[in-house]
Amino acid sequence: MGGLEAGHVKPTEHDYEFWEKNVDAMLVLLTSKSPKLMSVDQLRKGIESLPPDAYEKMSYYERWIFSITQALQYNGVLTTEELSRKLEEVQSRYETEEV
Amino acid sequence: MKTSSTNESDTNNTAPTTYYQFLEISVRELLIEKGVLSAEDIRNAVKEMDSRGPELGAQVVARAWVDPQFKQSLLQDAPSAVKTLGLDIGPVQLLVVENTPEVHNLIVCTLCSCYPRSLLGLPPDWYKSREYRSRAVREPRSVLLEFGTDISDEVEVRVHDSTADLRYLVLPQRPAGTGHLTEDELAALVKRDSMIGVTEVCFSAI
Repeated sequence: MGGLEAGHVKPTEHDYEFWEKNVDAMLVLLTSKSPKLMSVDQLRKGIESLPPDAYEKMSYYERWIFSITQALQYNGVLTTEELSRKLEEVQSRYETEEV
Repeated sequence: MKTSSTNESDTNNTAPTTYYQFLEISVRELLIEKGVLSAEDIRNAVKEMDSRGPELGAQVVARAWVDPQFKQSLLQDAPSAVKTLGLDIGPVQLLVVENTPEVHNLIVCTLCSCYPRSLLGLPPDWYKSREYRSRAVREPRSVLLEFGTDISDEVEVRVHDSTADLRYLVLPQRPAGTGHLTEDELAALVKRDSMIGVTEVCFSAI
């Protein structure tokens, strides 16, 4: 996006949340293992393939975990079935804890 | 069965609520269950991340200000030079660019968010914003003004676009009137933004 028109730079920052750090840590580990389980280029490719409105709506680490998930499935590290089963389990686990 | 979430650490006290937070937990737990990563690996990587912050970069800058020989080696081969201070920046190439009365340097990553994390920690949100990444290369002087930094027309502004393999760190100019300060006092003056190049280092004698 270098060189495009855009508005003023707003000096925003926030303390990273724990889940965001976990996403970052996973990427660092997945891209530095030998052999690599995914590449930084794959991370970027996944993010750049997001439609512009989705890109704008998602936060930085939301884009990352989205792209990491895509890459891990593409590379055969995780299957779509495993993932949807796990996602359901995790969601219901926290829903029950809430009550 | 409760598997090994890295989540039980006391650093996390908010329950996940969004889809992507659930996705993070799911991916992490699957990777751990499948033995791809260990919970400890992840914990250590987070710990490592937390241990890095701009005070490391400030320490490097202050040393370069007081030790011309160190400065020279820093500009020639930054990874080796910072190693002599006991800092390890990992496998990524790092180039330190020096601000002078003639040249002001600014760093950006137009592609994504590459940043000298080993010496500055994680980047601030604005560094990753569309606005900064788009405009830093096109109208750096206006961007600098938005940070309150007015660079005279006679001074050349050089913008460095980082990549995954090559990161930059700005060596800001030592402010006037700091001849009597110790190296630690100098380091305390050096803030993150001055090492990105959006601000200069200020000193006002009280």
